[in-house]
Amino acid sequence: METDVLIIGGGMAAGWAAIAAAQAGARVVVADKGYMGTSGVTAMGGPNHWWVAPDPARRKEAIARQSGKAQGLGDPEWMARILDLTWRYLPSLAPHYPFGSDGAGGTYYSGVRGSEYMRALRLAALEAGVTVLDHHPALELLRDDEGRIAGARGHALRTRQDWEIRSHATILATGGNAFRSGLIGSHTNTGDGQLMAAEAGVALSGMEFGPSWSISPAWASTRTLPYTGAVYYDADGRELDIPPSRAAGHAHNRALGHEMLAGTVLADLSHAPAALRPILRQIQPFTPAPFERRGIDLFRDRFPVKLFGEGTIRGTGGLDLADAECRTSAPGLFAIGDAATRELVAGANSGGGAVNSAWALSSGRVAGAAAARESLKRKSFSAPVHGLGRIAIAPLSAHRAIEASAIHRAVDHAIHGYAHVFTRDEASYAASGERLEAIWGELSAHGQATGAALVSLRETAALVAGARWTIAAARGRKESRGLHQRADYPEASGPTQRQLVSGLETVRIHSQQAEFA
Amino acid sequence: MIAQILADKCNNCAQCVNVCPTFVLDDGPQVPVIARLDACQTCYMCELHCNQDAIFVAPDQFAPEPSADPLPHLGMIRRDHGWDRPGEAGHLDEYRKLGPLLGEGAEIAARRYQAQRRSV
Ligand SMILES: Cc1cc2nc3c(=O)[nH]c(=O)nc-3n(C[C@H](O)[C@H](O)[C@H](O)COP(=O)(O)OP(=O)(O)OC[C@H]3O[C@@H](n4cnc5c(N)ncnc54)[C@H](O)[C@@H]3O)c2cc1C
Ligand code: SF4
Ligand code: SF4
Repeated sequence: METDVLIIGGGMAAGWAAIAAAQAGARVVVADKGYMGTSGVTAMGGPNHWWVAPDPARRKEAIARQSGKAQGLGDPEWMARILDLTWRYLPSLAPHYPFGSDGAGGTYYSGVRGSEYMRALRLAALEAGVTVLDHHPALELLRDDEGRIAGARGHALRTRQDWEIRSHATILATGGNAFRSGLIGSHTNTGDGQLMAAEAGVALSGMEFGPSWSISPAWASTRTLPYTGAVYYDADGRELDIPPSRAAGHAHNRALGHEMLAGTVLADLSHAPAALRPILRQIQPFTPAPFERRGIDLFRDRFPVKLFGEGTIRGTGGLDLADAECRTSAPGLFAIGDAATRELVAGANSGGGAVNSAWALSSGRVAGAAAARESLKRKSFSAPVHGLGRIAIAPLSAHRAIEASAIHRAVDHAIHGYAHVFTRDEASYAASGERLEAIWGELSAHGQATGAALVSLRETAALVAGARWTIAAARGRKESRGLHQRADYPEASGPTQRQLVSGLETVRIHSQQAEFA
Repeated sequence: MIAQILADKCNNCAQCVNVCPTFVLDDGPQVPVIARLDACQTCYMCELHCNQDAIFVAPDQFAPEPSADPLPHLGMIRRDHGWDRPGEAGHLDEYRKLGPLLGEGAEIAARRYQAQRRSV
């Protein structure tokens, strides 16, 4: 199959990119691992977009506030760009998304419900002429003899056939890496795009800024709306001393994690805002289900809770970008949404809550338009191509079975395990790093599969690669800043450095002076 | 995890096979087959998209619960979403309250924490 623009991934960033590229006159194919509309964290979330009216003073103030949170690492120009694009394009979904009232006679645009939002993006993309291939995970990128990324290969799960798509421009929209923590909607978010791009030589930035968690009933990850006012108890009914959710640093999660290591922690949501009860079902219909199906009244009964890690999704890290149109350092390859770095707009802090979805929309729009423009200049597909995938495809020595579930547990623990993440120091990073190196070595030497089993094994490899970059980057940043907190370097040390991490067989760190400080 | 596809309600349209993000289901002769339960992420998307209300997802994300009772819950998620009336004005009118309610909860916790600190 041939196309002008191939988009790998089918979440919100992909949706906006597909529409932009098709509107610019390109033939567009979206290939998603799952189903464009239900898979990825957008579909299960409720993205609230960063939303500031185009009044110069208000925009300036919003950017100044966000730059403060970014702690020297955000780019005010990018911030201005995503505010502008979000304001202009989000309302364009109105034919497909039933925007509600703002309570004052107008329309409420900034917050949208994920399942309806993704349904709308899918419909709008189809209407614009985009070809959508569901259950078509990509496995590796293709490069032509001119050194340009020229499409991808993958496996179609329902027909059990391998596929190859040649494209003039390729956009990675595979989302963030949740490290298989069980976070709501994140099962397909294994960082495959970062692995594929790294195989093409692309570096990552912001990987050290994390982790974060969301609180949920112990038996299922849900959204966190009813929890912000919660009171927590131990199994004996003693109230626990938990700083409020918006306390500085990781204080809230650290206290919860500490108690969870000691035993069961129960939540009591009876203190939630009174106005929430009657409308929770209406605004978040997925939230009551896990309780009702257990016969639990969530606003009355106490129930056990757990913290689910959010990986790079509400962290900051992802593929580093070479320009303001989301090109990566590999010619022909773009990266958008959570697959890309959000350091440009979130800096050292989480972009969750507003900035990340504005980023996903805007990076999608600019990359879609730029990829279309670039691809329409190119005519033929004559140059031969070769696949860039190595790990799990061509092992360095004899094939051996890989115990994936143990690896997934080890990766989730390395990134999110509260036994060590709140007291990180050089020795603790070294221990995590060593463990991950051993796992990578085993995969690299012996991992090999085909078909659907290869899809799973490449996911495992991507999880491990993401964890190695995260630990290496965190170890490399010898200070505390934003989400990155170390026990041995508790203060921020100026001047502000950006840090790139790259490589697969050997992971490298490269620091540079932040230009926006 | 997905627990049941009710044969007396399912018309085998395969929409659930299509929309499941983690490819848990296979086409089957009478009803779809739950072929890869270990991949189920308990996201309820199959339920949301089944217009026959024939699917029941049990609440535990980590363990199968084949004996959970589906009847009181069938179709609830779909109705709560207003999924079949996407164009109907008003069904997302309360949505704008999400952010302010999150904030209000956080303030409740912060005030309580302050008060407890003071009384210690
Ligand atoms: C619970 C929750 C709440 C959030 N709330 C907010 C909020 O209020 N405000 C905010 O700004 N941000 C919020 N965020 C973050 C925001 O949702 C994300 O930044 C945004 O949805 C990212 O969109 P995306 O398209 O990049 O990724 P996703 O929506 O995750 O899409 C990635 C897609 O790529 C596909 N994929 C993965 N690998 C492959 C492969 N190998 N081949 C093909 N396809 C592949 C996946 O199946 C998936 O469909 C929240 C996140 C969570 C988890
Ligand atoms: S979507 Fe519903 S009716 Fe259709 S096959 Fe699945 S269970 Fe049956
Ligand atoms: S709950 Fe989600 S993952 Fe499980 S079968 Fe249904 S759609 Fe698939």
